[in-house]
Amino acid sequence: MILAITTPKPRRNVELILLVLALAVGIGASAMVGLNSTAAFDSDFWFQSSLLIVAAFAFHMILRFRAKYADPIMLPIVVALNGLGLALIHRMDQPGEDTGNNQLRWTLLAMAVSIVVIWFLKDHRLLRRFTFISLAASAVLLVLPLVPGISAGEVLGASVWIRLGPMTFQPGEIAKITLAIFFAGYLSSNRDLILLAGRKIGPVQLPRFKDLGPMITAWLVSIGILVFQRDLGTSVLFFGLFIVIIYVATSRISWVVIGIALILGGGFLASKFFSHVAFRLDSWWNAFTPEVFDRSPGGSGQIVQGLFGMADGGLVGTGLGQGRPDLVPFANSDMIVALIGEELGLIGLFAVVMLYMLLFTRGFRAALGARDAFGKLLACGLSFAIALQCFVVIGGVTRLIPLTGLTTPFLAAGGSSLLANWIIVGLLLMISNTARGPVDTTPITHAPTEAVQTS
Amino acid sequence: MNHSIRNAWMAAVAMFALLFGAISYVQVIGAGDLNDNPWNQRAVLANYCNDRGAIIVGGKPIAESVAGDETCKYQRSYAQPELYAGITGYFSRTYGSTGLEQQLRDELAGSSDQLFLDRVSQIFLGSQPKGASVELTLDPVIQKLAYDLIPDGQRGSIVVTNPKTGAIIAMVSKPSYDPNLIATHDPAKEQASYNQINQVPGINLNQSVSGPTGELLAPGSVFKLVDTAAALSSGKYNKDSVLPNPDSLPLPGSSASLPNYAGGNCSTRNTADFPFALEQSCNTPFASIALDLGQKAIADQASKFGFGQDFGDQLKLQSAVSVFPTNLDQAALAQSAVGQRDVRATPLQIAMMTAAIANKGVQMKPNLIKTVRAPDLRVISEPKPEALRTSTTPDIASQITQWMTDVVSQGIASGAAIPGIQVAGKTGTAQLGDTGLNNSWFTGFAPANDPQVAVTIVMEGVNVSTGAKLTSPNAKKIFEAVLNK
Repeated sequence: MILAITTPKPRRNVELILLVLALAVGIGASAMVGLNSTAAFDSDFWFQSSLLIVAAFAFHMILRFRAKYADPIMLPIVVALNGLGLALIHRMDQPGEDTGNNQLRWTLLAMAVSIVVIWFLKDHRLLRRFTFISLAASAVLLVLPLVPGISAGEVLGASVWIRLGPMTFQPGEIAKITLAIFFAGYLSSNRDLILLAGRKIGPVQLPRFKDLGPMITAWLVSIGILVFQRDLGTSVLFFGLFIVIIYVATSRISWVVIGIALILGGGFLASKFFSHVAFRLDSWWNAFTPEVFDRSPGGSGQIVQGLFGMADGGLVGTGLGQGRPDLVPFANSDMIVALIGEELGLIGLFAVVMLYMLLFTRGFRAALGARDAFGKLLACGLSFAIALQCFVVIGGVTRLIPLTGLTTPFLAAGGSSLLANWIIVGLLLMISNTARGPVDTTPITHAPTEAVQTS
Repeated sequence: MNHSIRNAWMAAVAMFALLFGAISYVQVIGAGDLNDNPWNQRAVLANYCNDRGAIIVGGKPIAESVAGDETCKYQRSYAQPELYAGITGYFSRTYGSTGLEQQLRDELAGSSDQLFLDRVSQIFLGSQPKGASVELTLDPVIQKLAYDLIPDGQRGSIVVTNPKTGAIIAMVSKPSYDPNLIATHDPAKEQASYNQINQVPGINLNQSVSGPTGELLAPGSVFKLVDTAAALSSGKYNKDSVLPNPDSLPLPGSSASLPNYAGGNCSTRNTADFPFALEQSCNTPFASIALDLGQKAIADQASKFGFGQDFGDQLKLQSAVSVFPTNLDQAALAQSAVGQRDVRATPLQIAMMTAAIANKGVQMKPNLIKTVRAPDLRVISEPKPEALRTSTTPDIASQITQWMTDVVSQGIASGAAIPGIQVAGKTGTAQLGDTGLNNSWFTGFAPANDPQVAVTIVMEGVNVSTGAKLTSPNAKKIFEAVLNK
C-alpha cells in the first residue's frame, strides 16, 4: 500500500485487458442479437464492431499519452455499457429505422469530443477559471429550447430539444456539466465564507441569507425547468447535483435538509399547479387503476408494460433478442432498463446496475484522491449526478419513484446524453489522473492569479 | 471534505440499494402477480408465435402451426375448419383461445410437466420450443357425415360415441365458423372476422362452452328414459306394470293439464304398459309415475345419469352442466318428467345417458383424447376407458334396452330401423313455448344386443315433420356408417 502511494502506477495495461473484456460484452451482445434475428452477421455487424473497437483503443492510447495515471476501470465500464446499449438499440430497429447506426455515430462523436477535451485541457483545474462563464453558458443552454427558431417545440410533453440542421439536440444534457463546473468553482472559492458565517441555533448552523443566494438560484433554475420545459427529471437532477456539491463543500447536513425541503415543497406546489406533474404522480401511485392505465397521454401504460416485461424476464431473462420491446413504448430510450431486465433477467440487470455503481464509486474515489477542492467538488458532483440519474431512471422504471423522462447514461438511445456523459467520463478520468499521479509541484500554466489553493 | 465525500458516496450507494430491492421485487418477488395480471398479454403472445403441437384426427392434422411471417415465426392453421371448430376452438392473439386450444394449452405449447425434459434440452440446444401433438378419438368419416346431415342454416348437434369405452366418434354442431379467420396475424382482419362471426345467430365466440357440450336444451321425451329407470329401480313398478294413460292429466294445484300428443296412437288406450307408453311416447303415464314417486326419486335418477354432474377428466372440452330443477310443485314435476319446463340437457348429456343404458348401466367417461405425443413422438399420455358412474342396474338397463328396441322396430322411431340389426332408440319433441317449433331429438344405439355405437341427434327450432325427417333417418345413416366400417 505504502509503495503504491509513494510510487504511482499507471495501470494502463490493466485497462487494456479490461477493455478487451468490455468490447467482448458489447460485441458479444451484438452477435447474440444477430444470431436471434434474421440478419445474422450482416455487414452492419462487422462495420459497427470494428468502429467501436478502433474508437475504444484510440481512447486508450490517448490516455496512455495524456493521462497515464487515470483510473483504469472507468473506460472499460463505459465501453461495456455503451456497447451493450448499441446492441440493444440495433436489435430494436424496425426495418427502415436507423436508430442503431445513429447511436453509433453519436458514440463515435462523443468519444472524439471526450478525447479532444482530455488532449487539450490537460488539467481539470483550468476549468475553474470558467466558473462564471459556465454559469452564463448554463443559462444560455437552458434557455435555448425555448427560443423560437431553433426550438424543436414540445416533443412528448417536454420542451428540451433544439434543432440543429437535420439533428435534434438536448442542450440541458451539456448544462449538467457546465452547472457542475459553476457550482464546484463557486463553492470551492467561497466555502470558508459560507462555513464560518451564519447564526447557530442549537446544533444547526444556519447559513446567512446572502449565502443562500446560490441555493435559491439553483432552486429557481430547477423550478424554471420544471415549469417552462416541463422536464421533471432534469429538474431533480440539477437540484440534486447542487445539493451534493454544497454539502461536500461545507459538510453541513443543514444544507441537505433545506434542499430536500425545498424540492419537496416545490414538487408539491408543482403537482398542484401543473397537470403534467400531477399525471406523473398519479400514474406512479395508481398505475394499476384501469382509467390511469388507459389514459393517453400521461397514463401508466408505459410503466406497467415495462414491469410486465421485467416480470417476464424473471431471474435469467428471456435471452437477448427474445423479449418483446415492441410492447413497451420508448423501449430503446426511456425504458431500455426494462428491456435489459426482460432479456437479460435479474442477473443481467444487476450486473448493469453494478457497473454503474462501480463507475460512480471510481468517480468518488477520484474525488477523494484529488488534491484541490475544485477537483474534489467537480468529481463528486459529476459522480453523484451519474448515480442520481441512474436512480431516477431505474427507480422510475421499477416504480420505486415516479417515472420521469431522463435517459439511462450510455445505454439509452440519444445523442446529447451520450455526448454529455462521455465528456463527464473524460473529466473524471482527468481528475483521477491528477489524483492518482505523482504530486505535481509545478504551477498550472497561466494559472489565474486570484485562484486560492485549497486542499 | 473527504468525510462528506464518503457520506455522499454512501448516499449514492443507499439509492442503489433501493434499486436492487426494487428490481428484485419486480423481477422475482412480485413477478408472479405481474405475469398473472389480466392486462399482461405476454404469456399469450409468447406462446402465440411458438411451434404449437398439432391436433390430429385420423392421422391428419386438423390444427397445426405452419411457417408464419417475420412478425411471428408460426401461424396456426386449421384444416376443414368448420367441421372441427367446435372441437379445436380458436387460437387468437387478441381474443385468447377456446376449445382444445385452450384446454390443452400446456400440452400444445409444450409447457406441461410431462414435457419438462424436452424443455430443458430445448434450452441447451437453443431450439424453438415445440408442443406435444394430440390425436383425437374422432373418426373423420363419421364426423364429416354427421356434419353434412345437419342442413346448412339449421341449428343442431350430433354426438356419436362408443358406449363401451366412452370414446367420442363424432361431435358436430351447426352453425359453425372458420377459426382460421380469427387466428390471422393481421389485427384488423382478426377483429373484423371476430365481429362478423359473432353476428351469426347461434354463435357466441365469447363463450367458452358451445355446441354439443355447451348448449342447454329442453330434452323433451328422451327424458322419459330417466322416469322409466327411476320407476323400475323404485321397486313399485316392474316390466308388466299397468300405467294410467288418460288423454289429458289435470295438473294438481293448477287449472292447466298435461295432454298426450293429439295426433298419435296414445289416445287409443286408457291404460298403457311401459312398451306402449315408450313406443308411442305418451306423456301422461310418465307424469303419473313422477307424481307417484316424487321429485326426489326422479332427481336422484337424473343425477345418476349425469344431470348436475360433470363429465370427468377425459373430455377436456369445457362443458355446461345439465339441470333437473329443484323445489318443484306437483304441476312442475309432472311437466319436468316429460322433459319440458325447466329441465335442460346438453346433447352430450343425452348421449351419455343413452350410452349408460347401452353399457349395462355403467356410464363411461366421455373421452376425446386418443394419445398425446411429445415432439419426438414418444407417447406421454394415453387415456384408458374408465367408468364415470353407475347409472342403473344391468337388469334395468337391459329391460330399457329391450323397450327402446321396440320403439324403433314398432314405435315412432321406426325411421332408425336397419334390416338385420337391432337398433334401440328414443325420440323426443320438446315444444319451444307456443311457437309451434320444437327441439327434435333422437337418441339410441346399435346393435342392441352388443352396442358398438350410440347416436344422439338434436335439431333445434324445427316443426314436427322436419324434426322427424332430420332425426331418426339420420341416426340410421350414422349407425350404418359406423357398423359397416
